[in-house]
Amino acid sequence: MASLTAFQPSTPKRDAIIMAVFAAVVLTAPIWLTPIGASYPDLLQRFAIFGIFAIGFNILFGLTGYLSFGHAAFLGVGSYAAVWMFKLLTMNVLVAIAFGVLVTALFSIVIGYVCLRRSGIYFSILTLAFAQMSYNMAYSVLTPITNGETALILETADPRIIDRALLGDAKEALPSPSLFGLELTGYAAFYFCAVVLILAFWVSLRIFRSPFGLKLLAIKSNQNRMIYTGYNTRPYLLVAFVISGMYAGLAGSLMAITDPLAGAERMQWTASGEVVLMTILGGAGTLIGPLLGAGIIKYFENIFSAVGKTQLSELFAFLPDGLNEALVGLMSLFVGEGWHLTLGVLFMLVVIFLPGGLMEGIKRLTDWAKSRRQGGETVGDGAAHQPSE
Amino acid sequence: MDALLLQLLNGLDKGAAYALIALGLTLVFGTLGVVNFAHGALFMLGAFVAVSVNELLTFSKRVKDESVTFFDAYKEQPYLEIWLGDFGSAIIDWSVPIAILAAIPIMLLIGLAMERGLIRHFYKRSHAEQILVTFGLAIVIGEIVKATFGANPIPQSAPEIVSGAAPVGALFGLSEALVYPWWRLVYLFSSLAIIGGVFAFLQFTTYGMVVRAGMADRETVGLLGINIERRFTIVFGIAAIVAGVAGVMYTPILPPDYNLGMNFLVLSFVVVVVGGMGSLPGAVAAGFLLGVVQSFASMGAVKEIVPGIDQIIIYLIAVAILLTRPRGLLGRKGVME
Amino acid sequence: MANVVLDVSDVNKTFGGLQALSHINLQIEEGKTHAVIGPNGAGKSTLLNVCVGRLAPDTGAVMFDGVNLTGMDPYDINQLGVARVFQTPEIFLDLTLIQNVEIAALAKRDGAFHFRPFRLMYKEKALTEEAEHMLEDVGLYRLKDEHTGNLSRGDKRRLELAMCLVQHPRLLLLDEPTAGMSRHDTNRTIDLLKRIKERGMTKVIIEHDMHVVFSLADKISVLAQGAIIAEGAPDEIRGNPKVQEAYLGGAHV
Repeated sequence: MASLTAFQPSTPKRDAIIMAVFAAVVLTAPIWLTPIGASYPDLLQRFAIFGIFAIGFNILFGLTGYLSFGHAAFLGVGSYAAVWMFKLLTMNVLVAIAFGVLVTALFSIVIGYVCLRRSGIYFSILTLAFAQMSYNMAYSVLTPITNGETALILETADPRIIDRALLGDAKEALPSPSLFGLELTGYAAFYFCAVVLILAFWVSLRIFRSPFGLKLLAIKSNQNRMIYTGYNTRPYLLVAFVISGMYAGLAGSLMAITDPLAGAERMQWTASGEVVLMTILGGAGTLIGPLLGAGIIKYFENIFSAVGKTQLSELFAFLPDGLNEALVGLMSLFVGEGWHLTLGVLFMLVVIFLPGGLMEGIKRLTDWAKSRRQGGETVGDGAAHQPSE
Repeated sequence: MDALLLQLLNGLDKGAAYALIALGLTLVFGTLGVVNFAHGALFMLGAFVAVSVNELLTFSKRVKDESVTFFDAYKEQPYLEIWLGDFGSAIIDWSVPIAILAAIPIMLLIGLAMERGLIRHFYKRSHAEQILVTFGLAIVIGEIVKATFGANPIPQSAPEIVSGAAPVGALFGLSEALVYPWWRLVYLFSSLAIIGGVFAFLQFTTYGMVVRAGMADRETVGLLGINIERRFTIVFGIAAIVAGVAGVMYTPILPPDYNLGMNFLVLSFVVVVVGGMGSLPGAVAAGFLLGVVQSFASMGAVKEIVPGIDQIIIYLIAVAILLTRPRGLLGRKGVME
Repeated sequence: MANVVLDVSDVNKTFGGLQALSHINLQIEEGKTHAVIGPNGAGKSTLLNVCVGRLAPDTGAVMFDGVNLTGMDPYDINQLGVARVFQTPEIFLDLTLIQNVEIAALAKRDGAFHFRPFRLMYKEKALTEEAEHMLEDVGLYRLKDEHTGNLSRGDKRRLELAMCLVQHPRLLLLDEPTAGMSRHDTNRTIDLLKRIKERGMTKVIIEHDMHVVFSLADKISVLAQGAIIAEGAPDEIRGNPKVQEAYLGGAHV
């Protein structure tokens, strides 16, 4: 695990290749995801949005080791802020994104300032508590802003000051979010999210390669040494926390763009847990891992949630009746409504057996293949083992 | 004045639940060094032991309803009533107290299974991984309960004899009109007894002494040749029982659903943070304190001044404590730095 | 008299009822290597912790080059030019040797907080070169891209020393720099410290090993039960009956 999450030296050329490949893979996703039935816009948008969320979470958890259990709160705040921009000013998505990210930044400064006074377990508990508080408030005191359980939605009577001033008060129907007149629905919305994802990934890459990123990793490794080496670690942590919160806010705003409503359930602790799972499933501290995790979880969520008992019985129809029923009964716990159970089980399995995530799994495989190819010649691979505590 | 006393009692009730969960969290953390995010799930499981016992006792047969004469009507009649008559009805009436007795061995088994099967393997791993794996476990337990019992809250009732209201006002020489449910009083005093029992166990038995010594300095106790691990397993079992019994007792007050665990866990964590991680008296004191504060904050008069304060007061206190006394009210130096 | 870099004046520190340090006065002169010795529990580590801001003295003051260090944060004290080597090596275990040293160099260059997320580490050629020179200096260059988890204790200590030296501190505090080392490693470390001394760096060494102390120190202070019982050049200390009593008495009882 150590070698994976450690600071990876790179070159400008290597980074350029990474970016080019990444952009190509993302932009062609509608094509290469078709064979597995994942190329429709709604799911593609979710891949991109949760990818951004996970990249941001990874900047905090992967680099500094501070485990936040409240990141869904930022996602929710970003959504609410974006929808309010749609309602008040304009359907232009750039305005919504800018405001969403700005509000989350302010929000995360406050929460980060308090939570970062403690580290380790305390930090995790505090972030969880703050997220629960935000969730409770969204349903109670803040209903004028959040519209409580009904969720915040667009209405024809919304002021939309800028739009009305520029375009007049013509429309009867609800407008869609747009980018300077280009309506962002379907594939257009996906490509918009994809471009934002590529930018977000680029920023993350730069942070990973920067002295700033190296310092964050050093904080994770030995905060005491950092302090005696002359670093005031708290502002570093706060900046990482806020950047990570802004990514969540960005993801939240994009959610509001692809589906212009905002509800408090986005802020629930299960949602915070989900992004943690995405990150560790892919590999915390790795560049690509969190994206991989986000994609896999959203893909299987999509499949599992849609499956019901009837599909299962069809799937296992070839089996004898008794066995069929037993298997369907068991499997139906995990699909449809039971998707969260699958998520929980997956969570435990990953932490127990593959704490470094899929990226570690891949590395282990390639190492193994390499050592096989070199025929018994043992590779000095102490770095792959976990460091002693 | 009446209203204040009523809120105080309400707060103590809620506080007792926080205190019991926080007590177990602190015990487990102090001995095993593991932060158990699935501890709230134990509370919830206790509540569902009560639900299961009730369902078991009221396992019914469809019988003809004799009271309806115009047409053939059927009603469900529990087998216990058919077999044992009034005594059967009495047993059903006492299902929650019976569930408490049942919860003790059941929760002990669950606790031991959890410790042996999972937690044990995480002693040497990082706190982050401990949090993650117990968090996953909490989701799994919650979802299994949801799949078994459904997502809706399932109300339970206290025995008939304590279902009425106690004339608390008359007792204290206040208004006759001030009454309070008997069951809640029973619950409150039982909680105090349990807390007292745990403290007495730690204070006065040699077993408890070793556990306390282990909490203070695990290595040294291990060097004395005492098998501290085995004792800590038992401690986990005790924490599970405490949480589970608290869960059973709380069912007549709040109908349990699968989310119960996480809701109480988050607040109990805040309680632990306020009380001071690793301090048992701190956990109990903070539990009651926050319960009472929350109860007062939900009074109409208070809410009129600061709307919604009842939803966030606990968190605000936690923030204030952290900013002024980062170790918590009774926290010791060096614990969980 | 030479310029006094570190001036500890009348410092007291108690833990509970225990007097850990009583009326400590210590003047460290520029360019000198000053050793603090004493039996276990004499208060040596407490004194060092007071000097780097880890502990605040109850009374008295610690002045570094005219600045009062009392109550300052450890990172600010480091930024003034005080570096510290710990008793058990404190390094960044998940990073490579070169990165360990680069981080220390960055602290010197960028200060306690510096936020430029778009700079690139691989464009910091000068910094990397400096770090490489430093590793060469302590004899670890060939391991520069290894992870530090695999190093021997002696190598870890040398790496930590390199991290301190790359910051060109005005004062270097060493807490038992050879504790737990083999004789061979100890001698290598002594050689290294001697070379540093030639460059005129001021050092305070806390040490048990008399061989190390007498090979390096210009001046020795003897600490016993929280007080300084003797101070002087190595030869004076060697013959001092009080010191012998504190050490040997303690050893025989």
